Amino acid sequence: MARPTPTHPVDGRFGAYGGKYVPETLMGALIELEDMWHEAKADTLFQLELAGHRHAFVGRPTPLYAATRLSSHFGGAHVHLKREDLCHTGAHKLNNAVGQALLAVRMGKKRVIAETGAGQHGVAAATVAARFGLDCTVYMGTEDMRRQSMNVRRMKLLGAEVVEVTSGTKTLKDATSEAIRDWVTNVQTTHYIIGSVVGPHPYPEMVRDLQRVIGDEARDQYLSVDGKLPDVVVACVGGGSNAIGIFTAFLDDKEVALVGVEAAGKGVKSGQHAASLVGGRPGVLHGSYSYLLQDGDGQVLPTHSISAGLDYPGVGPEHAFLNDTKRVEYVAVTDKDALAAFKLCTRLEGIMPALEPAHAIHYAGVLAREMGPGGRILVCLSGRGDKDMDSVDGG
Amino acid sequence: MVAERTRLEDALRAKGDLKLVAYMMAGHPNKKRSIEVGKRLAGSGIAALEIGIPFSDPLADGPVIQRAGQVALEHGMNVTAALEVASSIATEGVPVVLMTYINPILAHDPRRFAAEAAQAGVTGVIVPDLPVEESEPVAGWLRSASLDTVFMVAPTTAEDRMATICEHSSGFVYCVTVTGITGARKELPAGMKELFEQVRRHTQLPIAAGFGISRPEHMKALRGTADAAVVGSAIVNEIDQGRDPVALVKELLKGCR
Repeated sequence: MARPTPTHPVDGRFGAYGGKYVPETLMGALIELEDMWHEAKADTLFQLELAGHRHAFVGRPTPLYAATRLSSHFGGAHVHLKREDLCHTGAHKLNNAVGQALLAVRMGKKRVIAETGAGQHGVAAATVAARFGLDCTVYMGTEDMRRQSMNVRRMKLLGAEVVEVTSGTKTLKDATSEAIRDWVTNVQTTHYIIGSVVGPHPYPEMVRDLQRVIGDEARDQYLSVDGKLPDVVVACVGGGSNAIGIFTAFLDDKEVALVGVEAAGKGVKSGQHAASLVGGRPGVLHGSYSYLLQDGDGQVLPTHSISAGLDYPGVGPEHAFLNDTKRVEYVAVTDKDALAAFKLCTRLEGIMPALEPAHAIHYAGVLAREMGPGGRILVCLSGRGDKDMDSVDGG
Repeated sequence: MVAERTRLEDALRAKGDLKLVAYMMAGHPNKKRSIEVGKRLAGSGIAALEIGIPFSDPLADGPVIQRAGQVALEHGMNVTAALEVASSIATEGVPVVLMTYINPILAHDPRRFAAEAAQAGVTGVIVPDLPVEESEPVAGWLRSASLDTVFMVAPTTAEDRMATICEHSSGFVYCVTVTGITGARKELPAGMKELFEQVRRHTQLPIAAGFGISRPEHMKALRGTADAAVVGSAIVNEIDQGRDPVALVKELLKGCR
């Protein structure tokens, strides 16, 4: 029998990771979703429709950009940015939301719900809900509503109801729990648009399938510009959807190193971080078995990151598999370094990155200095940084 | 699957009267008080007691049980301490069923959890985020420690999965009556009776109805259809308000007869 590979989860698992750890009430919906997704994936008309929306609504393909001044600053290695910040609504999240909205319409669901941390996925969900005429409720923690207030206003303007989540750490983890509770209650009428490669099967696979367009495009673009592949691909990892999105196309290119950058917050040793793979161990949160920040009793720990989008104690199960098989190396970058990279990229390139990919940009700098002028680095610039201006000013 | 009838199964089978299962959270409002409350509940005429072990992210629970779990965690409740609570209450003779989420069990080690639960005098375990498809090896360890594995059936469960769930269950089958999370509701949902009838086609085990059940009139409605009713949030709310939950249990029991 073939070894389970990242591209083909076996029984809903990537190696040991994944599964469906949810209340019985949701099992029927997950089984239906899995069937519907496989059916839609194989349906040429669905794919054509998706391609049309990706082009005219999302704005794909997004460019590959040679960051020449960053390259010089880092000592000469070539740094390219995959410009997901140029997607409509300002981040890669819309790639996934458009696909899932089409699926919701196909399933006859009139209402969608979403969780959001940085607000980018919430905005993406509210945007597709407006575009396809669906009702939309977005769950967001109080703390995130404060630090991402502009996105809250955007969601409301788009017609979504934003529900403030006051429980627990008041961030993405609790917003996700609340969204799942809504789904348990309204599963017959509602589709849950999960924003990352997390949650129960088939979400990690489905969101991966919808985000892999990032890497598919970037690999072709890189080859057509340079005639060869990058030495290393770097992406930030919270739940991990932009990273899986760009990594997937390169998984079989053994000569290309892949690096996932988690949020080290105030330092992994400080305990105030969100680096699930670097600093956690396997467990179950939000329906899947993966790496998790938890205490000895299996209680999920509070996390910290300056970036709301990375401030999550879990990570997608495919990342757990890629970590254990060592195909991807996972590292962590602090708030301080991410902030410096944010400012550096803004000043040198005239591109204001979100704080999430600023973690990846910092690490690209570390790699560039090691590699020297011959190095070739591709970074996933997963979103734009306008939403982070308050955090940056404060920091 | 023909298995020997278990103590839990015997306790929950309705014989004319509807049986009542009460739920409480270990460590709520604190460990000592939860043992006292549990002992009082044990002698109040209930057929079995469910004891919750708190988890930081309880996906199947509404606000009342979430809050109780949070309070218990703040007081340092964990699996080991909850088993001490369960053990103290089980000596009163009431069948004790543990209810917790999969992650605390995984962190404790499922094999050790099963052995220690059996040693504490527990009769069965319910894990609401562990559907039958994912239940091994945890359920295997529970069975080998002679603990009942109670699985849930929901209004959204398809017929073919219902058969599998019943096959994997022992002690009783937990029928989630509402499409939703735990928490007291005014009205019981329509279609409940049909759900019980459907489940009965797949099992000889007693059927306990749970989620949203809180009032004596709910008991009356369930009598003659389900074997037992599980009341959770309404009892936890009494404990939370510092009241003796036995008064509510007595009211509910009147509706069972």
